[in-house]
Amino acid sequence: MIRWLLGLIGLAFAATQALAADPVEIGVGYLGVAGTRSTLSLVEQPAENDGVAGARLAIEDNNTTGKFTGQRFTLEERRIKEGEDPVQAATALAAKNGFIIADLPADALLKVADALRDRGTLLFNAGAIDERLREADCRANVIHAAPTRSMLADALGQYLVWKKWSRWLLVVGSHDEDKLYADAIRRAAARFGAKIVQERTFEDTGGARRTDSGVTLIQRQMPVFTQSAPAYDVLVAADESEVFAAYLPYRSWDPRPVAGSAGLVPRSWDAAQDQWGATQMQNRFMKLNARRMTALDMQAWTAVRMIGEATSRTNSGDVRKVADFIKGPDFSVAAFKGTRLTLRDWNLQLRQPILLVDGRMVVSVSPQEGFLHQVSELDTLGYDRPESKCKLK
Amino acid sequence: MFGAASLVALALAATPAHAFVAYVSNEKSNTVSVIDTDSWTVTKTIKVGQRPRGIEFTRDGKFVMVAVGDDDTIQLIDANKQTVVDTLPSGPDPELFTQDAAGKTLYVANENDNTVTVIDLEKRARLGDIQVGVEPEGMTISPDGKTLINTSETTNMAHFIDTASRQIVANVLVDARPRFAEYKHDASELWVSSEIGGSVSIVDPGKHAVIGKVTFEIPGLRKEAIQPVGIGMTKDDKTAFVALGPANRIAVVDTATRKVTKYLLVGQRVWHMAFTPDEKYLLTTNGVSNDVSVIDVAAQKVIKSIQVGELPWGITIAPGIAPGIAR
Repeated sequence: MIRWLLGLIGLAFAATQALAADPVEIGVGYLGVAGTRSTLSLVEQPAENDGVAGARLAIEDNNTTGKFTGQRFTLEERRIKEGEDPVQAATALAAKNGFIIADLPADALLKVADALRDRGTLLFNAGAIDERLREADCRANVIHAAPTRSMLADALGQYLVWKKWSRWLLVVGSHDEDKLYADAIRRAAARFGAKIVQERTFEDTGGARRTDSGVTLIQRQMPVFTQSAPAYDVLVAADESEVFAAYLPYRSWDPRPVAGSAGLVPRSWDAAQDQWGATQMQNRFMKLNARRMTALDMQAWTAVRMIGEATSRTNSGDVRKVADFIKGPDFSVAAFKGTRLTLRDWNLQLRQPILLVDGRMVVSVSPQEGFLHQVSELDTLGYDRPESKCKLK
Repeated sequence: MFGAASLVALALAATPAHAFVAYVSNEKSNTVSVIDTDSWTVTKTIKVGQRPRGIEFTRDGKFVMVAVGDDDTIQLIDANKQTVVDTLPSGPDPELFTQDAAGKTLYVANENDNTVTVIDLEKRARLGDIQVGVEPEGMTISPDGKTLINTSETTNMAHFIDTASRQIVANVLVDARPRFAEYKHDASELWVSSEIGGSVSIVDPGKHAVIGKVTFEIPGLRKEAIQPVGIGMTKDDKTAFVALGPANRIAVVDTATRKVTKYLLVGQRVWHMAFTPDEKYLLTTNGVSNDVSVIDVAAQKVIKSIQVGELPWGITIAPGIAPGIAR
C-alpha cells in the first residue's frame, strides 16, 4: 500500500513536469493463463502469445504518441499455471502496474477484481465473453473490451435474419459454455424473429482432436448426426469447446450453410479485416509479431489503447483520473471498425461492431442495416440498458 | 490532401474560360477518371497502380501526382498525354501528400512506418524522413510555407513541423482519427477533421492550441454516422465545406460563428473535394455511390452527379485551363 502511494505521488509529481523532465511511466500488466487450448482446425491453433501480442503492439502505439506527450508505457506479463492462485499473481502485478489487462476465466477474474478493489487497480477484461460479468457479477473496477456472448449471437442473428435464413437447426455441445452460447443464440432468435426448428445435443465423448484417418470417420458421422431434421435454412452450432462444429460444414445431411462456432463465425476481429484503415494495423501487427492478428489480440490491443487514449486526453498517468475519464461521457476509442467505440456506462462494456467471418474473408459487419436503436445502433447487440441486472460497485 | 485552396490561390488569373479539368482517383478500380467541367463528362479513364488515393496537380499544371499505396509509390501522370510517365520514391503505402508553394518539395504521409517522406520534385529524389505519430494521414502546408502539418490517425494529433529544420515544433491533440487538415488562406486558423471523433477542431497555429470546434447534428442520423473527412475553404475564408463520410452530406460552415448553416445531400460516403479555380463549383468524391457530386458554390446547391470508377477517393483540378481542352 505504501509503495503504491509512493508510486502515485511519484506519478503526480512527474505529471506536473511532463515533457520537461523524464516521461511519466505508465505500467500495464497482462495476466493470462499458461498454455493454449486445442482447436479442431490446425490453422486455428492459437499462438503462445495470443492476446499479449496485441497488448504489445498497443504499447508501441501508445509510446509513439507518448514521445509527444511525455508518457512512457511498459508491459509486464504474467501467466497463471494450473492450480496457481490468480489473486497472488494479480497482486504481484499490481505492485508496479496501475492497469491490468486480464485474459482469465470468469471466476478467476472476479476473484482478482475483488482482491484488487481497495488498491485502485483498473482491470480490463480482454478475454471473457460471459454475460454474468456484465450483469449480476459486474464490477466497477472491471472494464470489458471483449464482447459478450449475446453481442456475438445477436450479430450473427441479425445477419441471418437479414439474409432471410430464419429457420435454424441448433446443435449444442455438452459443455457449460456451449450451453451458455446456445442460450444467447435462442435469445437472438426470439429478438429478431427467427425460429429454431429443432435442437440437438452433440455429446463430448472424449477422444483426440488429431488422428491419422479422422476425416474418413467424420465424413460418415456428420451426415448421420444431422439427418431427419425438419426443414431449415441454416445450421447453427454452439461449440465453444471445439468438439464438433468445425466438422459440420460440407458434411451435413441436407446441403445447408453452417454458422455459429464454425462456418460463418461472429468475432470482434479477424486477420482478414481490411476495412476502415485496418490494413495498416494488420501490417504493424505482422511486422511486430510475425503472425496474423486474432480477435483476442485485438481485444487486448483495444484495452491498452483505451488506456493510452485516456492518458493522453487527461495528460495524466493517475489511475483514478484515467478511470474516471474512461467511464465518463467524453470517452471514445478508434479501433478500425468504422465507428467510434464507447462504453456502456451501466456495465462498463465496450460497444463495438462485430465481424462475421468465414476464415478467409469478412462476410459482413453487424449491426445490420435496419436494426434501429434510439441511442446507438451498437446497442442492438447484446443486453441493453433496460434489461441490465448490473449494479456497479 | 492538396489544398484545393492553395490551387485556387495559384489559379492563373489570366484565364477567364470555364472549362477546367478534374482528376479523380478511384481507389478500387485502380484508375483515374478525367472530368471536363464544361460538359461534366468523363473524357478519359487512365490506368494507374494499385489503390490510388491522394491526388494533386503539380504547381505548373503539367503533371498529376497520384499516390498508389499498394504499389508503395507515387505515379506521375503527364497532363498532356494523360498517361503515367514516371514514379516518385515515396516511402511505403503513401496516402496523402502536400507540396510547398514553389512546387519544389513534396511531403508524403507514409501510414505504414509512422514517417513523413520528403521528396525533391525536380530531381524526383528522396531527401529524408521525419518521424511522426502512429498512422500519419492528413498533410498540409502553411501559406507562408514555413510549417508543415501532419495529422496522425491513431496518435490523434496534428504535428507542426518546421519545414527548414524538418523538426516537430508542436503537437496538438485533437479528436479521434484526424484525417485532413486545411489552413485558412490568411493563416489565422488551421482546421482539422476527426473522422471517428465526429468533429472539426479549429487550431490557433501561433498558440498551437485548439480554440474551437465545429460539431454536426443531422436529424434522423446517429452521431456515429457523422464522420468528417475532407475540408474545402473558400478564398475569402468565410465559408468552409466539410465532407461527412457515411452521413452522405457536405456541411456548409460559417467560419465566423463556426456553426453549420446547411447540409447538402451528395452521394454515399463523401470523402474529398476540390474547387474549380474560379470557385464557381465544388466537386466531391462519393466512395460508395461511385460518383462525383457538383456543388454550385454561390447557390449552395448540388447540381449534378457524374459516374466515375469504383470507390472514388481524391480529386484535383488543374490550376488553369486544361491542356488539350479549350486552348
